Amino acid sequence: MTDTPLLKVNDVSKFYGSRIGCRNVSFELWPGEVLAIVGESGSGKTTLLSCLSTRLMPSSGIVEYHMRDGQYRDLARMGEAERRFLMRTDWGFVHQNPADGLRMTVSAGANVGERLMAVGDRHYGNIRATAADWLARVEIDEDRIDDQPRAFSGGMRQRLQIARNLVTSPRLVFMDEPTGGLDVSVQARLLDLVRGLVHDLGLSAIIVTHDLAVARLLSHRMMVMKDGLVIEQGLTDRVLDDPREPYTQLLVSSILQV
Amino acid sequence: MADLATYNFAYLDEQTKRMIRRAILKAISIPGYQVPFASREMPMPYGWGTGGVQVTAAILGPNDVLKVIDQGADDTTNAVSIRAFFQKVANVAVTTKTREATIIQTRHRIPEETLSAGQTLVYQVPIPEPLRFLEPRETETRKMHALEEYGLMHVKLYEDIARNGHIATTYAYPVKVEGRYVMDPSPTPKFDNPKMHRSEALQLFGAGREKRIYAVPPYTDVVSLDFEDHPFEIQHFDKPCALCGAEHVYLDEVVLDDKGGRMFVCSDTDHCEDRREHGHAGEMLARQEAAE
Repeated sequence: MTDTPLLKVNDVSKFYGSRIGCRNVSFELWPGEVLAIVGESGSGKTTLLSCLSTRLMPSSGIVEYHMRDGQYRDLARMGEAERRFLMRTDWGFVHQNPADGLRMTVSAGANVGERLMAVGDRHYGNIRATAADWLARVEIDEDRIDDQPRAFSGGMRQRLQIARNLVTSPRLVFMDEPTGGLDVSVQARLLDLVRGLVHDLGLSAIIVTHDLAVARLLSHRMMVMKDGLVIEQGLTDRVLDDPREPYTQLLVSSILQV
Repeated sequence: MADLATYNFAYLDEQTKRMIRRAILKAISIPGYQVPFASREMPMPYGWGTGGVQVTAAILGPNDVLKVIDQGADDTTNAVSIRAFFQKVANVAVTTKTREATIIQTRHRIPEETLSAGQTLVYQVPIPEPLRFLEPRETETRKMHALEEYGLMHVKLYEDIARNGHIATTYAYPVKVEGRYVMDPSPTPKFDNPKMHRSEALQLFGAGREKRIYAVPPYTDVVSLDFEDHPFEIQHFDKPCALCGAEHVYLDEVVLDDKGGRMFVCSDTDHCEDRREHGHAGEMLARQEAAE
């Protein structure tokens, strides 16, 4: 790990009129680190994620990103063209519902290849080879490359979405409930896969989840949110094994033990 | 009242023409950019060339010579009725000869004969947005044009190759104008795309229902999109035209009987007639004469 953070978040708040989305959130994300944001529904997890990934403008506060040229840039002050370019090259965003992140009417190969074409790749053979390689890495058979995601199962769609995001070797990936809506065994495989990819590629990731098991498996560090505030943060194992805040204790103790 | 049936010259009122001319001037200044305009109701249904007719009406002068083609032909319904319309409301000279025309309104073809400086080609466009079927949100496609994000256009071509082994788009083949805007050349066959490149004639595109005008000024680069390993190609025909024997022209298939008989003839009727007048004869014509 290097000694400069990839993302610096300083006092970010988001208000929807008089309603609070999230309030005074500050943290730093380091290269190669996976951060989980947990909390119950309505606690501001997704609002925070949207503010970080420029899908929403924060009402106040600054989010700075360490660009590849070594400079820190305030995301809110970037031009739209630059921001969109960043989002499709150096970043990834994995939606809870794969239909939001995929083009359902074009083939799996084109879904993976879209980002490559967007950054100027104009060689069909190379694009297809890269797409095939990525499908293999997310455990989708190569003979499914020309099928549309509509013909895929939920788990396959989610894996395809991950491949589509990782093809340009991003450094930061945002995930919004990546395992929501999948059954337990498919969840386990997907988590295994994501953990492997994050480790192999040295990705940083911010994962929003309400599932503490997901946070335990994937993340190094976690933040617990309640009513728009971060009430506790620390190493994942520390927070889960020795929760300090009463709310976190409640959350941890409410996990079903089978 | 006797003057009830009189129209302003070229049907549209002068204020409307002025508005359309401003849109045309803007379109010419930004080649390939779709300029919104306040499209009027025309005395014909949408899809019959209301956009093209408005552009023609706005640029038409009393000394112009008008030619109208529909799929290359001067004698089909759409061409005949639009030509008659302008004869009636503007009393302009009309012609079927490409060479003599100063304004050519076209539906889905570019004449075979190379256009020269001073001529204007007006296209009737049904769907001006090349990204429409890939990205249905107009707000998003406008943003993509503004930020020059055209990766999606190649996704379409990628899909073509993945499904058919080659780029199967044969008409409305997307082009990049002057290295900036991706444009839909209206549903002309891709055979005609190379004719747009650095053409001496001014090319104007009018979409009436969609309320957009765009343009390719003379001597502008128009490049068809492709992949390095799947370069752009135009259609090739096995046989020459059955009537005039022309090669390297765009041919229409004509079914002759119900026993599989068919022939391929020039889609550009003026070009075909001109060649026959000059003594060229294709296979069918020679056979016909022998029979007589």
